Amino acid sequence: MARSSLAPTAGLAPRRPWWRVSAWKRGEYLAAAVFIAPGLIWFLGFMLYPLVYSFWMSLHDWKIRGPSEFVGLANYVRVFGDSVNLIALRNTVVYGVLSVPTQMFLGLMIALGLERLSRGKVLLRLIYYLPVISSWVVVSLMFMFLFNSEGLFNHVFGDVLGLVDPNTAWLNRASTAIPVIALLGVWKGLGWSMLIYLAALQGIPAELTEAARVDGANRAQVTRYVTVPLLKPTTLFIAVMLTIGAFQSFIQFYIITGGGPVHQTEVFLSYMYDQAFNFLDFGYASAIAWLLAALILAISLVQFRLIKSTYEY
Amino acid sequence: MSADAPTGAGSLAGRDGRAGARVVRRPVRRRAASPWRVTLYLALGVGALVMMVPFLYTVSTALKPNAFVFTPEFLPKNATLQNFADAWNSNNFQRYFLNSLKVAVLSSLLTVAIATTQAYAFARLSFPGKNLVFNLYLITMMIPGMLFIIPQFLEARALGLLNTHLGLIVFYVVGSIPFQTFLLRGFFENIPRAIEEAAYVDGAGRFTTFLRVVLPLAGPAVGTSMIFSFLGNWDEFTWALTIINDVALRTLPIALRLFQGQHASQWGLVFAASLIALVPVIIVFVTFQRAFVRGVAAGGVKG
Repeated sequence: MARSSLAPTAGLAPRRPWWRVSAWKRGEYLAAAVFIAPGLIWFLGFMLYPLVYSFWMSLHDWKIRGPSEFVGLANYVRVFGDSVNLIALRNTVVYGVLSVPTQMFLGLMIALGLERLSRGKVLLRLIYYLPVISSWVVVSLMFMFLFNSEGLFNHVFGDVLGLVDPNTAWLNRASTAIPVIALLGVWKGLGWSMLIYLAALQGIPAELTEAARVDGANRAQVTRYVTVPLLKPTTLFIAVMLTIGAFQSFIQFYIITGGGPVHQTEVFLSYMYDQAFNFLDFGYASAIAWLLAALILAISLVQFRLIKSTYEY
Repeated sequence: MSADAPTGAGSLAGRDGRAGARVVRRPVRRRAASPWRVTLYLALGVGALVMMVPFLYTVSTALKPNAFVFTPEFLPKNATLQNFADAWNSNNFQRYFLNSLKVAVLSSLLTVAIATTQAYAFARLSFPGKNLVFNLYLITMMIPGMLFIIPQFLEARALGLLNTHLGLIVFYVVGSIPFQTFLLRGFFENIPRAIEEAAYVDGAGRFTTFLRVVLPLAGPAVGTSMIFSFLGNWDEFTWALTIINDVALRTLPIALRLFQGQHASQWGLVFAASLIALVPVIIVFVTFQRAFVRGVAAGGVKG
């Protein structure tokens, strides 16, 4: 078993069942039990039990009061027949396609730029990172205000530059609200990709880029043919994390559009929350949550497969 | 931007003592301002300015008297701090601020206490079922947090935790246990075993070794984990929205959102309140910048 090889005294201990061990070992088990118990009990009671319970609920027509009826997979079947989930899928995909590659590209560009600076690096990094640590509620309110029909965006791009109709109500229909929320996502998220890229850049041995310089490559060529390929594992990691994040978007949609008008800007979690806490349809909402979890898992597995097959140094 | 402008090699040479490590890594000759460098600084500076626009405009709006909220200028003509005073003194705002502070501080202390002890056991002790439990943590880290919200709501209701701060704390802590344990385990594994062995030889028991030897060494890691928990819990919205109905028990994110709903046209007030809510975040981040950046790099934490 891997267990014995992890122990500090592993080399000396013959393999024995765990209850027939030396006093030192028994002391170690005891210490481990004391160290692990509070967290494990907390975890089992408030995380694992709810997880199992949630699956159980998804198989029922759940009643807040009175007995709930077992309906098997009916809630799951209902998800596929409910057109709002199709809208949610469309909105999620549009949001992801607009926001994920943009955040990654800008994050990479900024990281490559900052890496070259000798001064002002810390200040600039702080500015780019500030939206990441700001509350979703606060930044959602900011964007509501900026894209209000009387907001700054309409003033600058409508009244001053004449590029848009200055009375556009950006947040009142899906075709404009989703791109605006995606823009919020890019603005809030690119500092995170930047930071991860910066960390990865520190890990690239200077000899590799310098060798290329010596061989006569110019700066752009070194970046294009040496640095960026070396960042591939990081790029894929960021892609996975951002995709997972995009599929779990909730607060920004909930606050900015509330899923409306008539579900047109709904995403999976805003619809799930609505079903659960406005319609008290806990069974159906749980089924939506589980299918979303399965979808995210599937996407992550595909992307991790890609990471493995393209990991090269 | 003048402070950030590239300068000649002479002034940079003065920095070499401080930036010793970088000099070794990249012994490139320091150049005077080339057009290329100026462009680079210009691009990053303009980018940073664009990033700041929503914040700057928020500050500007918060400084405008209510009648001028939708006037588009960045430098308000009738600038006033009235909105900040009004926000701070109205609608229970101080109470919400203290509620958030209390919940965030207590949750992060508990999280770190629990995650640290667990992480140490996972990093250093052997015991039956270790891999099973650890894998369980890893798996739950990959499950969307919102999946838990319905069953946890019912559980909180059954335990009488709805509408209580304890209900927030209990579930904030469990939400961060797996990830924080995972992160801290990595830090503990990097502490040389020889140090602990020396402590054992000197007669210290396991608990003494953990408390007196390992924890002080892990100080920066524990601090980082504390910052992450604090920032996450300070901003948490969905769970608080779900279980808190009592007006007096609200936390800041909930209060801000409802504030906007009630005072739909008083954006100056809403943004003054928002900016006050951002203050602790900025203080924590600016103070612990280094540790924070290292933590994000180590764990890939998404803010």
